[in-house]
Amino acid sequence: MAQQTLTQQPTGFGLRVEPGRVLLYLFVIVLAVLFGFPLFWTLMSSLKTPQEMMTFPPPWLPAAPQWVNYARLVQIPRIPVTIWAWNSTIVVVLTTVGVLITASMVAYSFARFEYRGRNLLFLITLSTLMLPEQVTIIPQFVLFYNFGWINTLLPLWVPAWFGGGGFAIFLMRQFMMTLPRDLDEAALIDGAGFFRIFWSILLPLCKPALATLGIITIIDAWGDFLRPLIFLNSPEKFTVSVGLRFFNTAPDVSSEPMAHLIMAACVLSMLPVIIIFFLGQRFFVRGIVMSGIKG
Amino acid sequence: MAIAQNQIKARPPTTNAGWLGRLVGAKTKFQIRRALWGYLFALPWILGLIVFWAGPTLASLYFSFTNFEVIGTARWIGLENYVRAFSGDDLFWSSLGRTFTFSIINVPAVVGGALMLAMVLNQKLKGTNIFRTIFFVPHLLPAVAIAVLWTYLMQPRLGPINMMLRDVGVSSPPNWLASASSALYAVTLITIWAGMGGNTMLIFLAGLQGVPQELYEAADMDGASALSKFWNVTIPLLTPTIFLVLVLAIIAALKVFTTAWVATQGGPSYATWFFALHIYTQAFQYFRLGYGSALAWVLAVIILFFTYIQVSSARRWVHYEGG
Repeated sequence: MAQQTLTQQPTGFGLRVEPGRVLLYLFVIVLAVLFGFPLFWTLMSSLKTPQEMMTFPPPWLPAAPQWVNYARLVQIPRIPVTIWAWNSTIVVVLTTVGVLITASMVAYSFARFEYRGRNLLFLITLSTLMLPEQVTIIPQFVLFYNFGWINTLLPLWVPAWFGGGGFAIFLMRQFMMTLPRDLDEAALIDGAGFFRIFWSILLPLCKPALATLGIITIIDAWGDFLRPLIFLNSPEKFTVSVGLRFFNTAPDVSSEPMAHLIMAACVLSMLPVIIIFFLGQRFFVRGIVMSGIKG
Repeated sequence: MAIAQNQIKARPPTTNAGWLGRLVGAKTKFQIRRALWGYLFALPWILGLIVFWAGPTLASLYFSFTNFEVIGTARWIGLENYVRAFSGDDLFWSSLGRTFTFSIINVPAVVGGALMLAMVLNQKLKGTNIFRTIFFVPHLLPAVAIAVLWTYLMQPRLGPINMMLRDVGVSSPPNWLASASSALYAVTLITIWAGMGGNTMLIFLAGLQGVPQELYEAADMDGASALSKFWNVTIPLLTPTIFLVLVLAIIAALKVFTTAWVATQGGPSYATWFFALHIYTQAFQYFRLGYGSALAWVLAVIILFFTYIQVSSARRWVHYEGG
């Protein structure tokens, strides 16, 4: 009751004295500051001059925001930031399209067809989720090495076109199981083929699940580090994640200080996922509800 | 499946089923057609499983018994890699121990912290959406960016954390990532910041919203304190969620890699040399693929062991509603 009256009051914030609530607000605000501060500091640092980065004690805010840092960032010799961004974009787009198409195909097979070995196949699909990446990545390296794919983007997105992985299949299958079968059975009686049913009836109904899976895939693919670290070895092939680490650790990039530009690179590498988050916020919670596993 | 097979046995196959029908587990012409389409739709994943999962899993098991090193052929050396790991590798036990230390701090902090955040967000405060966003976003950010920006935050002299510590009177604040005595805890702190408000929090929030309000109202009528409501209503009803989240958190913690590799490269003087770093350097810096595979299997067995322990002990302490 007290909660409701509090939230209905336009100026309820602290005016209606209720010590527990006030403490709760203080607590959550302190937490929010703790969580937000690292990102605030990074953004501010990316707008500082090199001198301000070296000043002791460090200033909280840049005297004048140096937006030019972001323009400088794309011109540093041997740090091809735009190429990294492009490489990451290729990987993210091809991975996401591959996962969405093939995971929903496989999910359709699990959800709507009956054939020998289906349940065993589904069990194996779930068990892949428990196997750590470290086990399969060494033979995958050998495989891609023999294909001549090392130091290309292929190892990063081609596997996504082969079912998209256990989690993607599981999420899509769980969603398809909730769709009434009457629709596809009616279409079948009307003479539609299985592919038509999949493409024109089920997939449009799966839009919420596809959106959730798409967002999760984009964020995972954009942030992936271990696989590009292993499969790429020259800077002009790097994705944003490995590139950022290269930039941060390369000792001889330039004689001039780079800290403010590294911060700018950090901000740029985070920007796409933050934008995606704000565009598709509601799908994260939905992903949790749908899979019961992760979002 | 089992039922379908029994039916096939019970009745003689119709003429149009034939060997193909028995092969795919179908009776009528339509069922055969449907089964074949089923395989067709599953085909990408069947191939993917073979090429990217089953094949590599078996290959890696085989490599772990060889001295494979990319160039040249693999020679079978039996258990030598495992013997070397357990008794002849200075970094094996220490990196394993460090990974456990990390997990013992990280898992309770992430899971407990996520529960705390979820409970705060469930209080219907004003601006809950903004708070939820602030807590959740770190989890989405690329792990490399997180590690890089925290190395600047934790920079001993010019970093803002030590600046603030000095401002409040700490004369010699810790060197964080730069000193062997604190680096492990500094890395742990970064992963807690990145993990606490993530999916774990959202899963708890969904769980909390599923707790029936009548239970709290009944507890209120009995005059239960907030703490008692937490222990006797919230926690029992959340145990399935806590269980799920714990399994995921432990698996994630045991695989810790990116934060440490980017922030400290495992240093200083191996202070953050976790097990996954050991696998990575052995396999991909020294290209000891055989030995690296053996190490990867040790990690896999540990992870499977913890998953098994949790799943099998769950029955004793997990409360499923209505069950």
